[in-house]
Amino acid sequence: MSHISSKGLYYTIFLSLIALTVITVVIARVDLGAMNTPIALAVAGVKATLVILFFMGVKYNTPLTKVVAASGFVWLIILFGMTMGDYLTRAWLGFPGR
Amino acid sequence: MAHTDANANGHTKHEHHPALQHHFHSMAQQLEASVLGMWVFLVTEVMFFGGLFMAYILYRNLYPAAWLAGSHELNELLGGVNTVVLIVSSLTMALAVRAAQVGSRIGQIVNLILTIIFGTIFLVVKYFEYAAKFEHHLVPGAHFDPTRDPAQQLYFSLYFMMTGIHALHMVVGIAVLLIMLRKAWKGHFSAEYFAPVEVSGLYWHFVDIVWIFLFPLLYLIGKHH
Repeated sequence: MSHISSKGLYYTIFLSLIALTVITVVIARVDLGAMNTPIALAVAGVKATLVILFFMGVKYNTPLTKVVAASGFVWLIILFGMTMGDYLTRAWLGFPGR
Repeated sequence: MAHTDANANGHTKHEHHPALQHHFHSMAQQLEASVLGMWVFLVTEVMFFGGLFMAYILYRNLYPAAWLAGSHELNELLGGVNTVVLIVSSLTMALAVRAAQVGSRIGQIVNLILTIIFGTIFLVVKYFEYAAKFEHHLVPGAHFDPTRDPAQQLYFSLYFMMTGIHALHMVVGIAVLLIMLRKAWKGHFSAEYFAPVEVSGLYWHFVDIVWIFLFPLLYLIGKHH
């Protein structure tokens, strides 16, 4: 963990995050049908990954810390996946489109 | 670590950095443990916010029209400005940790102050956004605009819960950074010992990540309609 990133790397990540923010705002104005939200989430996911790997320095952490950091998001997918898998397969809730 | 330094803490048998706790072998191991411990906490935070995101996904699927109508009431410009403000604050936070790593006291102080200022700007902008919601009768409850679909109260409930808890995390973050600023001012940190700044930085970046997801999910849905 004694890794010290260069200031240049931090500025590059910063500019990438700003660019991705602009991209999110612009893409939100284009009608992509059902794909608007997945694309917005994908861009947010890339931004979050940049913050985690470089600003938080997980890229330079030990394998144990990497596994722990990743585990939170794995459980999040289980939470979302299983809950929505349940709700979306029920006939009585009246989800639009089913 | 300097083994030859004289030590004021009475550890005459094992000379080491004064900030090294006796149950760790080295400063590097101690820092590793601090970072790991902070990540374990952040995983619980991910799950904490995860419950709110879960509610968001479920109710957005049930009431898509209410979500679009609710999102139209948010101020995209202020939300966007706050997104940039938080990203800038993450940059200055990363630079503050770096300053600590290279042993620059002035670098820590300047960057911590900048981070605190940007965090405060975020909260001030948030205050004006909330005030507008109260004025426009968009706060769920007895005074919610009766001409609106009641389902929109769900959207605004989640809007206030998610952004409110996020703002609370910002307040806590600013308090933590003020403590770090005080310690940095007194010269507590060095190239050998900077774990508290590093760990505070992890928390600050995490709060930034939550906003990175909140901004498109709350402000930008239905912008193409």
